[in-house]
Amino acid sequence: MTAFHLAQMNTARMRAPLEDPSMIEFVEGIALMNALADRSPGFVWRLVGDGGEGTNTAPTDPDRIYTLSVWESPEHLRAYAYQSDHLEYLRRRRDWFHPHGADAGLVLWWLPAGEIPTLTEGMTRLARLDADGPTPEAFTFRRLYPMPELSRP
Amino acid sequence: MTTPDDIDDLDALAGLTDGVRRAAYRVVAAGAGPVGRDDVAEALGIGRTLAAFHLDKLAASGLLDVSYARKPGRSGPGAGRPAKLYHVAAGEHAVSVPPRAYRGAAELLAEALEQAGAEEILYRVAGRHGRQTGRDPDVTTPPAGRDPDVTTLLTGRDPDVTTLLTGRDPDVTTLLTGQGYAPAADGPDRIVLRNCPFHRLSEQFPPMICGMNLAMVQGLLDGAGADGEWAARMDPAPGRCCVTLSKKQFD
Repeated sequence: MTAFHLAQMNTARMRAPLEDPSMIEFVEGIALMNALADRSPGFVWRLVGDGGEGTNTAPTDPDRIYTLSVWESPEHLRAYAYQSDHLEYLRRRRDWFHPHGADAGLVLWWLPAGEIPTLTEGMTRLARLDADGPTPEAFTFRRLYPMPELSRP
Repeated sequence: MTTPDDIDDLDALAGLTDGVRRAAYRVVAAGAGPVGRDDVAEALGIGRTLAAFHLDKLAASGLLDVSYARKPGRSGPGAGRPAKLYHVAAGEHAVSVPPRAYRGAAELLAEALEQAGAEEILYRVAGRHGRQTGRDPDVTTPPAGRDPDVTTLLTGRDPDVTTLLTGRDPDVTTLLTGQGYAPAADGPDRIVLRNCPFHRLSEQFPPMICGMNLAMVQGLLDGAGADGEWAARMDPAPGRCCVTLSKKQFD
């Protein structure tokens, strides 16, 4: 049992509302990819939102959706994100989402096993990554930080 | 970037200056799985002891990794010792004098393309380049390079190692081999690509570089007139290119 798990938050702005015909293939993929995540090795938890199709949105920008999830390790998350059918959806992301520009779209951080992150915390981590670049508190796959050492009282 | 430290890579690569050893490396690289000394001896028409000598030298220099396994169908008492098998090591070696850093440049370009959201343009460029290469494979320089010495060495038996080992579709496999994808048949209706020519970059920018590979392979098939027979698609798995080819079904 490891002391820390990996949290991830991902965000992107949609080119059109979920109801738009141009978004059909993405919308059809949401349930499939969520189900795939749920049964993927190393999956711990994900936030099920109250937006359309269970997506997570923030009141400030209804076109922006978020995913928030927890995994046992970066390798588990990488296997799901990049070595499964999920990759095809990522490949086609420009069909449905605006580019991020210089802003980060994905942030990773370590959290004590058993804890559950909030959307607000994820946004704070994303802002931290944008402001300071990768740090142990907010990082990316391209610049991974190792799991923190467990400090005993 | 090739720094003075990377010159040490030269030690690993120096073993390949021997023509027979280079040919042995090619046979292992072209194998659908780990390859034994008997396979290499047979492919090159040399003795098993000599094949083992070169394979062990390649392993000692870090270009090949070693595993042990019994031949399929043999188990229990009397099955004999597990055979020593060789496969290409994961480590990459490159030497450039003077120092050049094309991978660093590629990472910057990839990051810029991603930020601009210009993936569709990249896919179009890769598809067009693939079609061009598929139509006329000899005009563009394949990333893997061609080695006249090895070809000559093998000509007596078979000019194409991949065809020798997989025994199928010389056109498509030769084309993909020339581009560094190391194709291997997986049954009669599927080809997997055991090497990603852009591996390091694809680890850093998976959706974009895998999408580029898909467009490139589709272009190659199209240009070579093989797109009626084979379809390329995203089919990711660890340890190989994320693109696979499936034979099109006709009713």
